[in-house]
Amino acid sequence: MKSSLSNKLLAPNKNQKMYNRGAWVYALPAFVPLVVLSVIPLTKGVWTAFTDLQAGFNFHTKFIGIDNFTRLMGDSLFWQSFKIGIVWALSVTLLSLVLGFGLALLLNQDLRFLGLMRVLSLVPWAMPPVIVAVMWSILLNPAIGPVESIFKFFHIPGGKTNWLGDFNTAFPTVVLIGAWVGMPIITVSVLAALQGIPKEMIEAATIDGANSWQRFRFITLPAVQAITTALVALNIIWNFNSFGLVFVLTAGGPGGKTFMPALFVYNEAFKYGNFGYAAAMGVVMMLAVLGMLGVYLKSRSRHGEQS
Amino acid sequence: MKTEKMKPTRIFTYLIVLAYILFLGFPFVWMLSTSLKSPIELLSLHQSLLPKKLFFENYSIILNKRGLANSALNSTIISSVTMVLTTIVAIPAGYSIARLRKLFSKMATGWILVSQVFPVSLIIIPLFMAVRSLHLLDSIIGLMLVYLVVNLPFALWMMRGYVMSIPVDLEEAGATDGASSFQILRSIVMPLLVPGIVATALFTFLSSWNEFFFALVLIQSPSKETLPLNLARFMGSEGQVLLGPLAAGAFLATIPSLLIFGLIQRKLAGGLLAGAVKG
Repeated sequence: MKSSLSNKLLAPNKNQKMYNRGAWVYALPAFVPLVVLSVIPLTKGVWTAFTDLQAGFNFHTKFIGIDNFTRLMGDSLFWQSFKIGIVWALSVTLLSLVLGFGLALLLNQDLRFLGLMRVLSLVPWAMPPVIVAVMWSILLNPAIGPVESIFKFFHIPGGKTNWLGDFNTAFPTVVLIGAWVGMPIITVSVLAALQGIPKEMIEAATIDGANSWQRFRFITLPAVQAITTALVALNIIWNFNSFGLVFVLTAGGPGGKTFMPALFVYNEAFKYGNFGYAAAMGVVMMLAVLGMLGVYLKSRSRHGEQS
Repeated sequence: MKTEKMKPTRIFTYLIVLAYILFLGFPFVWMLSTSLKSPIELLSLHQSLLPKKLFFENYSIILNKRGLANSALNSTIISSVTMVLTTIVAIPAGYSIARLRKLFSKMATGWILVSQVFPVSLIIIPLFMAVRSLHLLDSIIGLMLVYLVVNLPFALWMMRGYVMSIPVDLEEAGATDGASSFQILRSIVMPLLVPGIVATALFTFLSSWNEFFFALVLIQSPSKETLPLNLARFMGSEGQVLLGPLAAGAFLATIPSLLIFGLIQRKLAGGLLAGAVKG
């Protein structure tokens, strides 16, 4: 005991190096599959965008510079889908933020049914996206769904609408379902941040005469700002790239109203076999995500400087 | 005076609570109820929330449906193997990323973050080709390998975090007592990591169980389908007619997800170092 103590006091750094030496070997089993199936494919993915690669095996692939991108410029169908993707990503993120934030605020209060709400608030997170799509399509089914009866009960017109099949309602409906899926992760993270606020701080502010709005504005909001910024950034990425939910719900229909860019790329690559052209779309999507993130994070940091 | 002033806002708050409970829970309840309705009841004009008569045949119909039970078995095998593989690989790697403060560690952490920004739409084409050149297209092993790689960044990130929250003193004490680095990892670090390992492993199982996109691209033969693939196909074809069995299948596929998620919640809540520092 004594010797180990003096040893530690004398040369702690040397000691640490001694036992850590060779620990990098432990990373190898993770490193190899990551390089083969992640690093190399990603670099190749960008490269593919500059070639005329097709799906077949014996195709003579050649470098064609920015031809794919110039062709893409004139592809109005892709840009239409691209626009849908951006509107979708922003509206789903915003709606799930509002709904998730509200739920977190409720869960942070002293209310009844909190246990039930806590469990329910996690259900959308745990469910497979395909099952979410199946479930909502059953719920919104115009023949057997309950929506019509509910609308009738409250005397709201339009209950007979085929929510996922109608030109006007398909997109907003899908956005609502997207927000349903996106809520839990926001609720859980924001709730954790809310519970980190010391109770004394709120009590002190109340004693000093701050009303509930002021307490929210000057204590709660600053406390959750960092996590909210991160969540919004992540949600924009996830939503812009989301595939499974909409693929199963509407397959891009009706009339392309919900044709997300991820669906577009999937079709181009695996239906028509145009790998090079589809990869170029992937590159454009990546740039779009980076662009949106850049604008958002920049505005957040400027906002932070002001306040 | 005060209570009178409080009451309307309280009622308003509970109305919002009710709205949330309905929004979150009602779709699920409706699916469950649909899965217990007979085809005749599903034909009637006005559906009630509760089935008039419990009709369990939907479950036997969907379970006897060719492919569904098989795809559930595939999903179980794929998710379990992926879980074990990912955990075995992530523990030592997460340890070395957390403890080696070198260029290597920085690069690894950087890559974990960057890989989250790349759209799947971009990675899927070269990934498809990589899997094809390994002759693992339309193979369960190929899908497992892809899931390993897909889950690794998150698993490494979690492991790294859990290791970093263990005081390094314990390991240094072990080193001065003459333990090798493998012994330190095995006998000192691993036992402390158990809650984190369990949570990470279950999360990996869950995300493989739920995954759809990679399976859609990489699996072609119906005999190798995963459960989400099978249900998505069923919904697109017969499911529009067989709504009861469809709901039953969807409900069954959700049970493992919900169970596992419930488990992780508790494990994550249990303090990571509870008992370790004291003992």
